Amino acid sequence: MSGLKKTAQAIRRDIVRMHAAANSSHIGSSLSSVDILTVLYFRILAVGPKKNCRPDRDRFILSKGHAATALYATLAERGILPRSCLSGYSTDGGRLPGHADNAGLACIEAATGSLGHGLALASGMAIAGKNDKYKSRYFVLLGDGECDEGSVWESALFAAHHKLDRITAIIDRNRLQGMGKTEEVIRLEPLLKKWTAFGWSGITVDGHDHAELEKVLSKIPLVKGKPTVIIANTVKGKGVSFMEDRLEWHYKSPTKDQLAQALKELA
Amino acid sequence: MRDAFITALTRYAEKDKNIYLLTGDLGFSVFEDFIRKFPQRFINAGIAEANMMGVAAGLASACKTAVVYSIIPFTVTRCLEQIKIDVAYQNADVKIIGIGAGFAYGALGMTHHAIEDIAVMRAFPNMRILAPCDPAETMACLGLALKIKGPFYIRLGKNREPKIHGSVGARRAAPLHATLGGSHVLKQGTDVVIFVTGSIAGRALEAAKILEGKRISTKVVSMYSIKPLDEEAVCDAARTAKAIATVEEHTVIGGLGSAVSELVAGMRCKTPVVRIGIPDTFCGKVGSHGYLLDHYGFSPKAIAEKIFKLSS
Repeated sequence: MSGLKKTAQAIRRDIVRMHAAANSSHIGSSLSSVDILTVLYFRILAVGPKKNCRPDRDRFILSKGHAATALYATLAERGILPRSCLSGYSTDGGRLPGHADNAGLACIEAATGSLGHGLALASGMAIAGKNDKYKSRYFVLLGDGECDEGSVWESALFAAHHKLDRITAIIDRNRLQGMGKTEEVIRLEPLLKKWTAFGWSGITVDGHDHAELEKVLSKIPLVKGKPTVIIANTVKGKGVSFMEDRLEWHYKSPTKDQLAQALKELA
Repeated sequence: MRDAFITALTRYAEKDKNIYLLTGDLGFSVFEDFIRKFPQRFINAGIAEANMMGVAAGLASACKTAVVYSIIPFTVTRCLEQIKIDVAYQNADVKIIGIGAGFAYGALGMTHHAIEDIAVMRAFPNMRILAPCDPAETMACLGLALKIKGPFYIRLGKNREPKIHGSVGARRAAPLHATLGGSHVLKQGTDVVIFVTGSIAGRALEAAKILEGKRISTKVVSMYSIKPLDEEAVCDAARTAKAIATVEEHTVIGGLGSAVSELVAGMRCKTPVVRIGIPDTFCGKVGSHGYLLDHYGFSPKAIAEKIFKLSS
C-alpha cells in the first residue's frame, strides 16, 4: 500500500471510531471525502504541522461542513490538530462539534454546516488576496447535494465574473443526499456543463484516485482567468463495504460489531 | 443620511486602504466618487445578497473591513443566515449599512419597508446596532463603527433628512461624537423621557413641544446605539421620570421599545413605559413616508396624546 493510501486508511479508521463513539450522523459523507482531503493536506496545501496564520497561506474551506470528522481526522493525521481533540468530537464538553467549527481552532478556516456558504467566503478571501498580491490558493469542498443551494450559484457567477482563478471548487459527487439519489431529489446533471456555462473551467476525476487528484490539483488554474471546478466522482461510505453507496449511512453510526468489521476492512 | 454616509466613508477609505465597499447593485449616482478613487476596493456584487454577505465575511477573514450597502430588506433579512454565521458568529469586521429604515421607501410597498430589522439583528450575539437620527449622527456612527473591529449594523433612513442636531428646539451637540452604548440628549426635560431612534426623532421633538404646552416637561433622547443600549440613560429615566416613552419606526416587537422595557422590567421601579411603534401587522396601505407615519400613529399630535394619557 502506498504512503498516501495508508494515510487515507488511517484517517478512515479515525472517522469510524469517532462516529461510533459519538453515535453521530454523516459517516458516509465523511468517508466519501477522505481521499480528496488526504491529497489536499498531504500533497497540495502549503500547510505544515504548525498552525499556519500567515496572511498568504493556502486556505481550505469545508463547505460541506457535515463531513467534519473527515477534516478533524485529516488535521490530526497531518499533525495540525492535537490527536487528543478527536475524543472530544460530538461529546458533552468536547471541543469538536458535529459540523466543522473554527471556534478556538485557527486551523479551520470557517464555521460551516449550513450549506452554500463556503464559496462566497473563498471569493472574499480571494479578492483580498489578489489585491494584496498574495499567491494563496483557495480550495472549497462542496457536496453535490449542496449544489441545490441557490447561494452556490450566486457565488459561481461571482467568482467567474471576478476571474478568481485561485479558487478551486471540488464537488464530492457521491450522488446521494438527505433523502435519496441526487438525480431523483432534484436533478443536477449535466453538472459540469452547468459550472462551465457559469464561466468556470472544469474537469471530472475519480475522487478516490490519489494520483489523479494530485495531478489535477497541481495544475490549478486549469485555464488562466477562470476559477476551477473539479467534479470528484466518489462513493458515499467509501472504504467500508456495508456502508458504500447506502443512503442510511448518512444518518446511522456503527454499532460495536459494525465498528470492528469496519476497522478490519480498513486495516 | 445616505450622502453623509458615503461622504464620510470615502474620507475614511482615503486613510485606511483596508476598507472595502460592497453593494447589491444599489446606489446609482451615490458611489461614483468612491469608485473613481478606489476601484479595486469597490465591489458591485450584483443582485445576489447571500453571496455578497459571504464575500464580505471572506474579506474580513483576510483582514479587511467590509462595508456592505443595500436597502435594509436585502442586506438584512435576505441574507440573514450569512449574517448570523459568517458575520456575527465569526465576529467578522463587516459593517452592514441598511437604508430605508421603517417606511422610508413609503409607496414602494411592504417589500421595501424595514420594520422588523432591529428585532432580528438584536438577537445575534456580537452584533452591534446603530440607528442615527440625522446626517451628522450618521457620520458619527460610521466613525464609531469603523473604529471598533467586528460586526455592526447601521440603520439609516434615506437621504436629505432634516438636520436634528442643532435644529430649533433641539440641543446643540456639536461636534457630534458617538460612543458604543451612548445616546444624545436632544432636549432636556424632567417629567417624561422620550427615547427615540432614527429620523422620527424630528416628530418626537414636535410631540415634546405639544407636551410642554400641556405643562409636561419632556426630555427627548436619540438612542443611536440600540445595541448595546445606553443603560445608564434608561435606568436614570426609570428612577427619576414619571413616565418613559419609546418612539421608533419599527414593530413594537423586539426593537428599541422592547430593549428599554426589558431593562426597566428588571428594576425596582414602577415607571410606566409606553412603546410607540408599528403594531404587529404588515403595512397594507399605499402612500408616502409621511402618509404612512401619520396612518400608524406617528403624527406629533398622536405621539403626544399617547404620552399624555400615560403621564397624567
